[in-house]
Amino acid sequence: MRKKKRAQKIVFKSEKDVPLMAMSTGTMLHNKTGAWRNIKPVIDLDNCIQCGICWKFCPDVCIFVEDELPVIDYDYCKGCGICAEECPTKCIAMVEEEK
Amino acid sequence: MKKEKKMAFSLPEEELMNSGHLACQGCGAALAMRYVLKALGQKVVLCIPACCWSIIDGQFPYSSLDVPIFHCAFETAAVSASGVKAGLEMVGDTETTVVAWAGDGGTFDIGLQALSAVAERNDNILYVCYDNEAYMNTGIQRSSATPYGAWTTTTPVKHFKERPKKDIDAIMAAHRIPYIATASIGYPEDLFRKAKKAKEIEGTRFLHIYAPCPTGWKSRPEDTIKLARMVVQNATFPIYEIEWGEKYTLNIKLKEKKSISDYLKIQGRFRHLTKKEIASMQEEVDRKWERLLSLVNSSREKDQIPS
Repeated sequence: MRKKKRAQKIVFKSEKDVPLMAMSTGTMLHNKTGAWRNIKPVIDLDNCIQCGICWKFCPDVCIFVEDELPVIDYDYCKGCGICAEECPTKCIAMVEEEK
Repeated sequence: MKKEKKMAFSLPEEELMNSGHLACQGCGAALAMRYVLKALGQKVVLCIPACCWSIIDGQFPYSSLDVPIFHCAFETAAVSASGVKAGLEMVGDTETTVVAWAGDGGTFDIGLQALSAVAERNDNILYVCYDNEAYMNTGIQRSSATPYGAWTTTTPVKHFKERPKKDIDAIMAAHRIPYIATASIGYPEDLFRKAKKAKEIEGTRFLHIYAPCPTGWKSRPEDTIKLARMVVQNATFPIYEIEWGEKYTLNIKLKEKKSISDYLKIQGRFRHLTKKEIASMQEEVDRKWERLLSLVNSSREKDQIPS
Protein backbone atom coordinates (compact mmCIF):
# COMPACT_ATOMS: atom_id res chain seq x y z
CA MET A 1 0.00 0.00 0.00
CA ARG A 2 1.66 3.19 -1.15
CA LYS A 3 0.61 6.51 0.21
CA LYS A 4 -0.96 8.96 -2.21
CA LYS A 5 -0.36 12.02 -0.02
CA ARG A 6 1.73 14.79 -1.51
CA ALA A 7 4.42 16.77 0.22
CA GLN A 8 3.32 20.36 0.32
CA LYS A 9 5.03 23.38 1.78
CA ILE A 10 2.64 25.90 3.31
CA VAL A 11 3.28 29.59 2.72
CA PHE A 12 1.20 32.28 4.44
CA LYS A 13 0.94 35.17 1.97
CA SER A 14 -0.47 37.67 4.46
CA GLU A 15 -1.30 37.70 8.15
CA LYS A 16 -4.93 36.97 7.24
CA ASP A 17 -3.91 33.48 6.10
CA VAL A 18 -2.40 32.61 9.47
CA PRO A 19 -4.85 30.61 11.61
CA LEU A 20 -5.98 32.29 14.82
CA MET A 21 -4.66 29.48 16.98
CA ALA A 22 -1.65 27.22 16.57
CA MET A 23 -3.07 24.40 14.47
CA SER A 24 -1.60 22.11 11.88
CA THR A 25 -2.59 22.66 8.27
CA GLY A 26 -0.32 20.16 6.56
CA THR A 27 1.87 17.10 7.03
CA MET A 28 5.59 16.97 7.67
CA LEU A 29 6.11 15.19 4.33
CA HIS A 30 7.91 18.24 2.90
CA ASN A 31 10.75 17.53 5.33
CA LYS A 32 12.89 15.07 3.36
CA THR A 33 14.74 13.34 6.20
CA GLY A 34 16.71 11.19 3.75
CA ALA A 35 19.47 13.80 3.85
CA TRP A 36 20.26 12.76 7.44
CA ARG A 37 21.70 9.36 6.62
CA ASN A 38 25.19 8.31 5.64
CA ILE A 39 24.49 4.59 5.16
CA LYS A 40 21.50 3.28 3.26
CA PRO A 41 19.67 -0.06 3.27
CA VAL A 42 19.51 -2.06 0.03
CA ILE A 43 17.15 -5.03 -0.18
CA ASP A 44 18.21 -8.16 -2.06
CA LEU A 45 14.73 -9.17 -3.27
CA ASP A 46 15.83 -12.67 -4.36
CA ASN A 47 16.30 -13.75 -0.75
CA CYS A 48 13.25 -11.88 0.62
CA ILE A 49 10.75 -14.22 2.28
CA GLN A 50 8.04 -11.51 2.52
CA CYS A 51 7.75 -11.75 6.31
CA GLY A 52 6.94 -8.04 6.74
CA ILE A 53 9.34 -7.57 9.64
CA CYS A 54 11.22 -4.64 8.03
CA TRP A 55 7.89 -2.93 7.36
CA LYS A 56 6.76 -3.55 10.92
CA PHE A 57 9.85 -2.15 12.67
CA CYS A 58 10.55 0.94 10.53
CA PRO A 59 10.32 4.01 12.81
CA ASP A 60 10.17 6.37 9.84
CA VAL A 61 7.28 4.59 8.07
CA CYS A 62 9.37 4.59 4.89
CA ILE A 63 9.12 0.91 3.90
CA PHE A 64 6.13 0.35 1.66
CA VAL A 65 4.78 -2.77 0.03
CA GLU A 66 4.44 -2.80 -3.73
CA ASP A 67 3.49 -5.97 -5.61
CA GLU A 68 3.87 -7.92 -2.33
CA LEU A 69 7.54 -6.92 -1.99
CA PRO A 70 9.05 -4.30 0.33
CA VAL A 71 10.24 -1.03 -1.21
CA ILE A 72 12.26 1.59 0.66
CA ASP A 73 11.44 5.26 0.20
CA TYR A 74 14.90 6.88 0.17
CA ASP A 75 13.39 10.37 0.48
CA TYR A 76 12.65 9.69 4.14
CA CYS A 77 14.88 6.79 5.27
CA LYS A 78 17.18 8.06 8.05
CA GLY A 79 19.49 5.06 7.81
CA CYS A 80 19.03 3.72 11.34
CA GLY A 81 19.63 0.14 10.21
CA ILE A 82 16.83 -1.51 12.22
CA CYS A 83 15.53 -3.27 9.08
CA ALA A 84 18.96 -4.75 8.31
CA GLU A 85 19.42 -5.87 11.93
CA GLU A 86 15.99 -7.46 12.27
CA CYS A 87 15.73 -9.13 8.84
CA PRO A 88 15.59 -12.92 9.49
CA THR A 89 17.28 -13.84 6.19
CA LYS A 90 19.76 -10.93 6.37
CA CYS A 91 18.83 -9.86 2.83
CA ILE A 92 19.06 -6.14 3.68
CA ALA A 93 22.58 -4.70 3.53
CA MET A 94 23.64 -1.27 4.74
CA VAL A 95 25.87 0.33 2.11
CA GLU A 96 27.81 3.57 2.20
CA GLU A 97 25.96 6.50 0.70
CA GLU A 98 27.63 7.95 -2.41
CA LYS A 99 27.87 11.68 -2.43
CA MET B 1 10.99 -13.05 -7.68
CA LYS B 2 8.18 -14.83 -5.88
CA LYS B 3 5.14 -12.72 -6.45
CA GLU B 4 2.60 -15.48 -5.91
CA LYS B 5 3.18 -15.34 -2.15
CA LYS B 6 1.40 -12.65 -0.14
CA MET B 7 3.27 -10.30 2.14
CA ALA B 8 2.65 -11.28 5.76
CA PHE B 9 1.28 -8.48 7.94
CA SER B 10 0.93 -8.97 11.67
CA LEU B 11 -0.50 -5.46 12.14
CA PRO B 12 -3.09 -3.48 10.13
CA GLU B 13 -1.74 -1.70 7.08
CA GLU B 14 -3.39 1.64 7.77
CA GLU B 15 -0.85 4.32 8.79
CA LEU B 16 -1.82 7.40 10.79
CA MET B 17 1.79 8.55 11.09
CA ASN B 18 3.61 10.21 8.21
CA SER B 19 7.25 10.08 7.24
CA GLY B 20 9.33 13.20 7.63
CA HIS B 21 8.94 13.51 11.41
CA LEU B 22 11.84 14.82 13.49
CA ALA B 23 12.73 11.76 15.60
CA CYS B 24 16.36 10.67 15.87
CA GLN B 25 17.54 7.61 13.97
CA GLY B 26 16.15 4.42 15.50
CA CYS B 27 13.71 6.21 17.82
CA GLY B 28 11.63 3.94 20.04
CA ALA B 29 9.03 6.60 20.83
CA ALA B 30 8.15 7.03 17.14
CA LEU B 31 7.52 3.28 16.87
CA ALA B 32 5.38 3.34 20.02
CA MET B 33 3.18 6.06 18.52
CA ARG B 34 2.91 4.17 15.25
CA TYR B 35 1.67 0.98 16.93
CA VAL B 36 -0.72 2.71 19.34
CA LEU B 37 -2.33 4.75 16.55
CA LYS B 38 -2.71 1.61 14.44
CA ALA B 39 -4.70 0.09 17.31
CA LEU B 40 -6.79 3.15 18.21
CA GLY B 41 -7.71 4.27 14.69
CA GLN B 42 -8.67 7.70 13.40
CA LYS B 43 -11.10 8.72 16.17
CA VAL B 44 -8.47 9.88 18.65
CA VAL B 45 -7.46 13.15 20.29
CA LEU B 46 -3.91 13.30 21.64
CA CYS B 47 -2.87 15.53 24.53
CA ILE B 48 0.91 15.90 24.45
CA PRO B 49 2.82 17.79 27.16
CA ALA B 50 6.43 18.88 26.73
CA CYS B 51 8.23 15.66 25.83
CA CYS B 52 10.08 14.22 22.88
CA TRP B 53 6.86 13.83 20.95
CA SER B 54 6.10 17.55 21.04
CA ILE B 55 9.28 17.94 18.97
CA ILE B 56 8.95 14.82 16.81
CA ASP B 57 5.52 15.91 15.64
CA GLY B 58 6.95 18.92 13.81
CA GLN B 59 6.77 22.69 13.93
CA PHE B 60 3.80 24.96 13.21
CA PRO B 61 1.92 24.75 10.82
CA TYR B 62 2.81 21.13 10.18
CA SER B 63 2.10 17.89 11.98
CA SER B 64 3.31 14.40 11.21
CA LEU B 65 0.17 12.73 12.59
CA ASP B 66 -3.25 12.47 10.99
CA VAL B 67 -5.10 12.90 14.29
CA PRO B 68 -5.81 16.09 16.29
CA ILE B 69 -3.16 17.03 18.84
CA PHE B 70 -3.43 19.33 21.83
CA HIS B 71 -0.11 20.58 23.18
CA CYS B 72 -0.54 21.24 26.89
CA ALA B 73 1.65 22.36 29.78
CA PHE B 74 4.16 19.88 31.16
CA GLU B 75 2.38 18.94 34.37
CA THR B 76 -1.15 18.79 32.97
CA ALA B 77 -1.20 15.93 30.45
CA ALA B 78 -3.74 13.83 32.33
CA VAL B 79 -6.08 16.63 33.41
CA SER B 80 -5.99 18.24 29.93
CA ALA B 81 -7.08 14.94 28.44
CA SER B 82 -9.81 14.64 31.03
CA GLY B 83 -10.97 18.18 30.16
CA VAL B 84 -10.98 17.42 26.43
CA LYS B 85 -13.02 14.29 27.13
CA ALA B 86 -15.54 16.26 29.22
CA GLY B 87 -15.83 18.84 26.42
CA LEU B 88 -16.42 16.17 23.81
CA GLU B 89 -19.09 14.57 25.97
CA MET B 90 -20.83 17.94 26.30
CA VAL B 91 -21.21 18.13 22.52
CA GLY B 92 -22.43 14.55 22.39
CA ASP B 93 -19.31 12.76 21.14
CA THR B 94 -18.86 9.62 23.19
CA GLU B 95 -16.88 7.55 20.67
CA THR B 96 -13.62 9.49 20.52
CA THR B 97 -10.77 8.10 22.60
CA VAL B 98 -8.83 10.83 24.38
CA VAL B 99 -5.21 9.91 24.89
CA ALA B 100 -2.71 11.63 27.14
CA TRP B 101 0.67 10.87 25.60
CA ALA B 102 3.52 11.76 27.93
CA GLY B 103 7.13 10.79 28.36
CA ASP B 104 8.60 9.48 31.56
CA GLY B 105 9.39 12.96 32.93
CA GLY B 106 5.80 14.05 32.41
CA THR B 107 4.54 10.90 34.12
CA PHE B 108 6.96 9.88 36.86
CA ASP B 109 7.97 13.36 38.10
CA ILE B 110 6.16 16.42 36.85
CA GLY B 111 2.78 15.05 35.81
CA LEU B 112 2.34 12.64 38.72
CA GLN B 113 -0.12 14.76 40.71
CA ALA B 114 -2.37 15.34 37.68
CA LEU B 115 -2.24 11.66 36.81
CA SER B 116 -3.04 10.68 40.37
CA ALA B 117 -6.01 13.09 40.46
CA VAL B 118 -7.39 11.69 37.20
CA ALA B 119 -6.93 8.11 38.38
CA GLU B 120 -8.68 8.90 41.65
CA ARG B 121 -11.68 10.37 39.78
CA ASN B 122 -11.50 7.47 37.28
CA ASP B 123 -11.95 9.84 34.33
CA ASN B 124 -12.47 8.13 31.00
CA ILE B 125 -9.07 8.62 29.36
CA LEU B 126 -6.20 6.50 28.14
CA TYR B 127 -2.86 7.57 29.59
CA VAL B 128 0.16 6.38 27.65
CA CYS B 129 3.64 6.82 29.08
CA TYR B 130 6.48 6.03 26.72
CA ASP B 131 9.44 5.45 28.93
CA ASN B 132 12.93 6.32 27.66
CA GLU B 133 14.35 6.60 31.17
CA ALA B 134 15.51 10.26 31.25
CA TYR B 135 14.56 13.75 30.03
CA MET B 136 15.84 13.04 26.51
CA ASN B 137 14.22 16.04 24.88
CA THR B 138 16.09 18.64 26.93
CA GLY B 139 19.45 16.89 26.87
CA ILE B 140 19.45 13.65 28.88
CA GLN B 141 18.83 14.79 32.45
CA ARG B 142 18.05 12.24 35.14
CA SER B 143 14.39 11.53 35.90
CA SER B 144 12.93 9.22 38.50
CA ALA B 145 12.53 6.62 35.73
CA THR B 146 16.29 6.44 35.26
CA PRO B 147 17.51 3.04 36.47
CA TYR B 148 20.28 2.46 39.00
CA GLY B 149 23.78 3.02 37.65
CA ALA B 150 22.84 4.94 34.52
CA TRP B 151 24.89 7.83 33.20
CA THR B 152 23.03 11.05 32.38
CA THR B 153 24.27 14.62 32.06
CA THR B 154 23.12 15.39 35.62
CA THR B 155 24.37 12.07 37.02
CA PRO B 156 27.86 11.89 35.48
CA VAL B 157 30.05 8.80 35.69
CA LYS B 158 31.64 9.72 39.03
CA HIS B 159 28.26 10.31 40.66
CA PHE B 160 25.99 7.94 38.75
CA LYS B 161 22.40 7.44 39.87
CA GLU B 162 22.30 5.38 43.03
CA ARG B 163 18.57 5.00 43.52
CA PRO B 164 16.48 2.46 41.61
CA LYS B 165 13.72 3.29 39.15
CA LYS B 166 10.36 4.38 40.55
CA ASP B 167 7.72 1.64 40.28
CA ILE B 168 5.00 3.66 38.55
CA ASP B 169 2.86 0.58 37.81
CA ALA B 170 2.58 -0.20 41.53
CA ILE B 171 1.64 3.44 42.20
CA MET B 172 -1.08 3.24 39.57
CA ALA B 173 -2.23 -0.16 40.87
CA ALA B 174 -2.69 1.44 44.28
CA HIS B 175 -5.26 3.79 42.67
CA ARG B 176 -7.40 0.75 41.75
CA ILE B 177 -7.97 1.82 38.13
CA PRO B 178 -9.58 -0.61 35.66
CA TYR B 179 -6.58 -1.33 33.47
CA ILE B 180 -2.81 -1.02 33.72
CA ALA B 181 -0.46 -2.64 31.24
CA THR B 182 3.22 -2.57 30.50
CA ALA B 183 4.42 -3.13 26.95
CA SER B 184 7.61 -2.98 24.94
CA ILE B 185 8.12 -1.92 21.34
CA GLY B 186 10.08 -5.14 20.84
CA TYR B 187 6.73 -6.98 20.96
CA PRO B 188 4.45 -4.95 18.65
CA GLU B 189 1.64 -7.52 18.50
CA ASP B 190 1.38 -7.54 22.29
CA LEU B 191 1.42 -3.72 22.39
CA PHE B 192 -1.22 -3.57 19.64
CA ARG B 193 -3.48 -6.00 21.52
CA LYS B 194 -3.15 -4.01 24.75
CA ALA B 195 -3.93 -0.66 23.09
CA LYS B 196 -6.96 -2.24 21.44
CA LYS B 197 -8.12 -3.72 24.75
CA ALA B 198 -7.58 -0.39 26.54
CA LYS B 199 -9.72 1.38 23.93
CA GLU B 200 -12.75 -0.76 24.84
CA ILE B 201 -12.50 -0.24 28.63
CA GLU B 202 -14.29 2.60 30.47
CA GLY B 203 -12.35 4.57 33.06
CA THR B 204 -8.70 5.50 33.43
CA ARG B 205 -6.38 3.16 31.57
CA PHE B 206 -2.63 3.36 31.95
CA LEU B 207 -0.23 2.01 29.35
CA HIS B 208 3.49 1.99 30.14
CA ILE B 209 5.57 1.49 26.99
CA TYR B 210 9.29 0.82 27.06
CA ALA B 211 10.86 2.88 24.25
CA PRO B 212 14.66 2.76 23.90
CA CYS B 213 16.46 6.00 23.00
CA PRO B 214 19.75 5.46 21.09
CA THR B 215 20.81 9.09 21.58
CA GLY B 216 20.49 9.14 25.35
CA TRP B 217 21.47 5.56 26.05
CA LYS B 218 24.57 5.75 23.86
CA SER B 219 23.55 2.60 22.02
CA ARG B 220 23.63 1.92 18.28
CA PRO B 221 20.41 2.94 16.48
CA GLU B 222 19.98 -0.53 14.95
CA ASP B 223 19.93 -2.09 18.45
CA THR B 224 16.66 -0.37 19.43
CA ILE B 225 14.44 -3.40 18.86
CA LYS B 226 17.06 -5.75 20.27
CA LEU B 227 17.23 -3.72 23.51
CA ALA B 228 13.44 -3.60 23.77
CA ARG B 229 13.36 -7.39 23.47
CA MET B 230 16.31 -8.04 25.79
CA VAL B 231 14.82 -5.96 28.58
CA VAL B 232 11.80 -8.28 28.63
CA GLN B 233 13.88 -11.45 28.33
CA ASN B 234 16.04 -10.56 31.34
CA ALA B 235 13.01 -9.49 33.43
CA THR B 236 14.21 -5.92 33.99
CA PHE B 237 10.95 -4.71 32.45
CA PRO B 238 8.44 -7.57 32.67
CA ILE B 239 5.32 -7.37 30.51
CA TYR B 240 2.10 -7.76 32.47
CA GLU B 241 -1.42 -6.43 32.96
CA ILE B 242 -3.15 -5.33 36.16
CA GLU B 243 -6.93 -5.17 36.31
CA TRP B 244 -8.59 -3.17 39.11
CA GLY B 245 -5.29 -3.01 40.95
CA GLU B 246 -5.49 -6.65 41.98
CA LYS B 247 -5.58 -9.13 39.13
CA TYR B 248 -2.04 -9.52 37.79
CA THR B 249 -1.53 -11.37 34.49
CA LEU B 250 1.89 -12.11 33.06
CA ASN B 251 1.75 -11.83 29.25
CA ILE B 252 5.19 -12.99 28.21
CA LYS B 253 6.37 -15.98 30.21
CA LEU B 254 10.10 -16.53 30.23
CA LYS B 255 11.47 -20.01 29.54
CA GLU B 256 14.82 -18.98 30.97
CA LYS B 257 15.65 -15.65 32.51
CA LYS B 258 18.74 -14.20 30.84
CA SER B 259 21.47 -12.36 32.69
CA ILE B 260 21.39 -8.57 32.54
CA SER B 261 25.09 -8.17 31.72
CA ASP B 262 24.53 -8.57 27.94
CA TYR B 263 21.84 -5.93 28.08
CA LEU B 264 24.10 -3.51 29.95
CA LYS B 265 27.06 -4.15 27.67
CA ILE B 266 25.50 -2.69 24.52
CA GLN B 267 24.56 0.59 26.20
CA GLY B 268 27.17 3.28 26.70
CA ARG B 269 25.35 4.72 29.70
CA PHE B 270 26.25 1.64 31.80
CA ARG B 271 29.85 1.34 30.59
CA HIS B 272 31.42 2.52 33.88
CA LEU B 273 29.75 -0.12 36.08
CA THR B 274 31.99 -2.59 37.89
CA LYS B 275 31.23 -6.30 38.29
CA LYS B 276 30.12 -5.77 41.88
CA GLU B 277 27.60 -3.11 40.86
CA ILE B 278 26.26 -5.30 38.05
CA ALA B 279 25.82 -8.17 40.54
CA SER B 280 23.84 -5.93 42.88
CA MET B 281 21.67 -4.80 39.92
CA GLN B 282 21.03 -8.45 39.02
CA GLU B 283 20.01 -9.13 42.62
CA GLU B 284 17.53 -6.23 42.55
CA VAL B 285 16.04 -7.48 39.24
CA ASP B 286 15.68 -11.00 40.63
CA ARG B 287 13.97 -9.71 43.77
CA LYS B 288 11.47 -7.65 41.77
CA TRP B 289 10.81 -10.55 39.43
CA GLU B 290 10.09 -12.93 42.35
CA ARG B 291 7.75 -10.34 43.83
CA LEU B 292 5.87 -10.02 40.53
CA LEU B 293 5.62 -13.81 40.15
CA SER B 294 4.16 -14.14 43.65
CA LEU B 295 1.59 -11.41 42.84
CA VAL B 296 0.65 -13.20 39.60
CA ASN B 297 0.34 -16.54 41.38
CA SER B 298 -1.73 -15.17 44.25
CA SER B 299 -4.18 -13.44 41.87
CA ARG B 300 -4.48 -16.70 39.92
CA GLU B 301 -5.33 -18.57 43.13
CA LYS B 302 -7.94 -15.94 44.01
CA ASP B 303 -9.61 -16.58 40.65
CA GLN B 304 -9.96 -20.27 41.35
CA ILE B 305 -11.68 -19.85 44.71
CA PRO B 306 -15.32 -18.92 44.02
CA SER B 307 -16.34 -16.17 46.42
